[in-house]
Amino acid sequence: MQPIIRVENLGKRYAIGRREHFVTMREMLVNAFTAPIRGLRALGRANGRADADGAAHVWALRDVSFEVAPGEVLGVIGRNGAGKSTLLKILSRITEPTAGRVELYGRVGSLLEVGTGFHQELSGRENILLSGAIMGMRRAEIMRKFDQIVAFAEIDDFIDTPVKRYSSGMYVRLAFAVAAHLEPEILLVDEVLAVGDVAFQKKCLGKMGEVARGGRTVLFISHNMAAIEALCTRCIMFSDGALVANGDPTSVILRNIAQCAVPGAGLADLTAHPGRRPGDTPTMTRVELANGAGAAAGAIRIGDPLEIRVSYRASRPFQPVLGAVIKTGYGAPVFSVSDRFCAQLADCEPRAEATIVCRIERLMLIPGNYSIDLWLGDARGDFDVVYDAIGVEVLPADLTGTGRLPPPNVGAIFCEAEWSIHDA
Amino acid sequence: MEQPSTAPDRAPTSDRATPRTKSHTVEAGAGPRLALVIESGRRRLGFELGDLWAHRDLLYFLVWRDLKVRYKQTLLGVIWAVLQPLLTMAVFAIIFGRLAHVPSDGEPYPIFVFAGLLPWTYFNQAVISASNSLVGNAALITKVYFPRLVIPGAAVCAGLVDFAISAAIMFLMAFHYGIHYGAGLLLIAPLMALTALFALGVGMWMSALNVKYRDVRYALPFMMQIWMYLTPVIYPLNFIPARWRWLLALNPLSGIIQAFRAAVFGRVFDWNGLAISCAITLAVLTCAGWAFRRMEREFADIV
Repeated sequence: MQPIIRVENLGKRYAIGRREHFVTMREMLVNAFTAPIRGLRALGRANGRADADGAAHVWALRDVSFEVAPGEVLGVIGRNGAGKSTLLKILSRITEPTAGRVELYGRVGSLLEVGTGFHQELSGRENILLSGAIMGMRRAEIMRKFDQIVAFAEIDDFIDTPVKRYSSGMYVRLAFAVAAHLEPEILLVDEVLAVGDVAFQKKCLGKMGEVARGGRTVLFISHNMAAIEALCTRCIMFSDGALVANGDPTSVILRNIAQCAVPGAGLADLTAHPGRRPGDTPTMTRVELANGAGAAAGAIRIGDPLEIRVSYRASRPFQPVLGAVIKTGYGAPVFSVSDRFCAQLADCEPRAEATIVCRIERLMLIPGNYSIDLWLGDARGDFDVVYDAIGVEVLPADLTGTGRLPPPNVGAIFCEAEWSIHDA
Repeated sequence: MEQPSTAPDRAPTSDRATPRTKSHTVEAGAGPRLALVIESGRRRLGFELGDLWAHRDLLYFLVWRDLKVRYKQTLLGVIWAVLQPLLTMAVFAIIFGRLAHVPSDGEPYPIFVFAGLLPWTYFNQAVISASNSLVGNAALITKVYFPRLVIPGAAVCAGLVDFAISAAIMFLMAFHYGIHYGAGLLLIAPLMALTALFALGVGMWMSALNVKYRDVRYALPFMMQIWMYLTPVIYPLNFIPARWRWLLALNPLSGIIQAFRAAVFGRVFDWNGLAISCAITLAVLTCAGWAFRRMEREFADIV
């Protein structure tokens, strides 16, 4: 199929040092003052390097090639500074590439920031006109959509008030409303969902879904993995300016999580853990968390399996009983698992040394940070307890098919439910 | 004034002569229409007039915004547009007309200096606001694509409204001094168009330089002040010794202001002087356009 966007060997290099290749007296003066600062900045960049003449470059994007078919909704993910925003800036012609080529087969509209072109002194009405024109709408087009925009933003009463008197929520709603009514064949969206309150974010997500279902091609940058999973048909991932993954959203997101994992997370040494109950003899030596794929991970997606693997070493063999309490970041217990009640290991051989694995098939915790207490004992009682033995981060995933999850302030557990309606 | 090339930042492409962006259509039937190719490399010299035309509404709204915002939250509002030229004229009339006895070609000095200040003030404001326009709109430049020329262009156009207000005052003054107009008055519009083009040329050049070197912002007001004294604004052309007048002719504003006065006071036009002004304006516009195009591609990266 003929692509609507074709990107070939695209590269963008930024100079983070000098900009010219001649030196004037003014330049020398400036250099003398800024050289130390520049040096520090160059050090801060992983892939910054200094030329012989002192100018440092950084490749924000390097040798990137991909194609997008019409109607696709392409998610773009990666850590901050991975090159996502640079890609969108090149596609929207804000900045020019250093190397490579892009072919676009349709009108491009970009939504890189909510409120682009808004002027504080102007009224809502005036800003709709101005911002629409800046984003590439013709005057007639703006007039035609004016009422829809006002209705979407829910600001009817304040339409003639200067936007500097708007609440931040109203401001963002109006700004997004204008942008949402752009109708390009290719829509570029960067992190706009990171603004506004939860309700408004949901509305934005809904609008994005609508755009996507309308058959338009969308490139969507977000750190909201649940939104990416819900909206996108395909996903690409950047790392240090290079395209490192390209495929179905779920598998790319899993790779992203693995890549973002902090080394050592998902693993804790328990021999000298500060959370041990005073007086207990250290018996548990180590705890490891693993995700569904069996790899150690400090972060698990909601709905994925979680394995808690606890190793112990004792002076004599015994039949171990393990318990774990999962608590919120504030220390409130959410649930516990313990073999004292399940007794699945009650008939096992006594061992002086072993690793106990507890597998939770579906971890239904609302995304956020959690902490785990561990209790080890035998049939008579617990003799080694470590509070806050290890932390686990639960990441969002698209469990509902809408990209939305309940907010954390209404409970830490997600429960699946069936809905129906009946006539009274 | 010429900018050094930015070779370290330039693309290592083999084909540098390729235009960076080009729009062309492919015959229907071969799938979707190729709308745009984005590539690194040197741009075509000319502006993409089609692209500019497509963004004419944006130019309109930017001018409209400048006008709307200009006198917001002021007590006197649009009265400032009247007061500013009147007060300037009064100061000059007292200092140069009364105290220094600068000649005025036989016209009353106040209206003589006002007729000179009118195009000059417009030019001065247009150039200064255009030069700051790109930096002032950095938020737009880094977030949306549109032909960058629209921004200094809007600044130059917005000044024309103030000019129109001042011109109305001048006609009231001329009535007061009993000056009779001739057919030359019709030339005011083309003269202002010429002034606007020259202001656009200088303004877009300065605006592009200002993106890279903020020195422009501080240096330009002084340069403009010196420029005013090198232009027959507060004195008549024959105030300058004859052997130096050719130098003044190289200043397009000199020819424009002479012609403007000739139009207002019903005198004979110096067509040769005006022709030189037109030629220089065209040359400046071409150079400025070329410089702007070259620097334009970096705006978003360095502004």
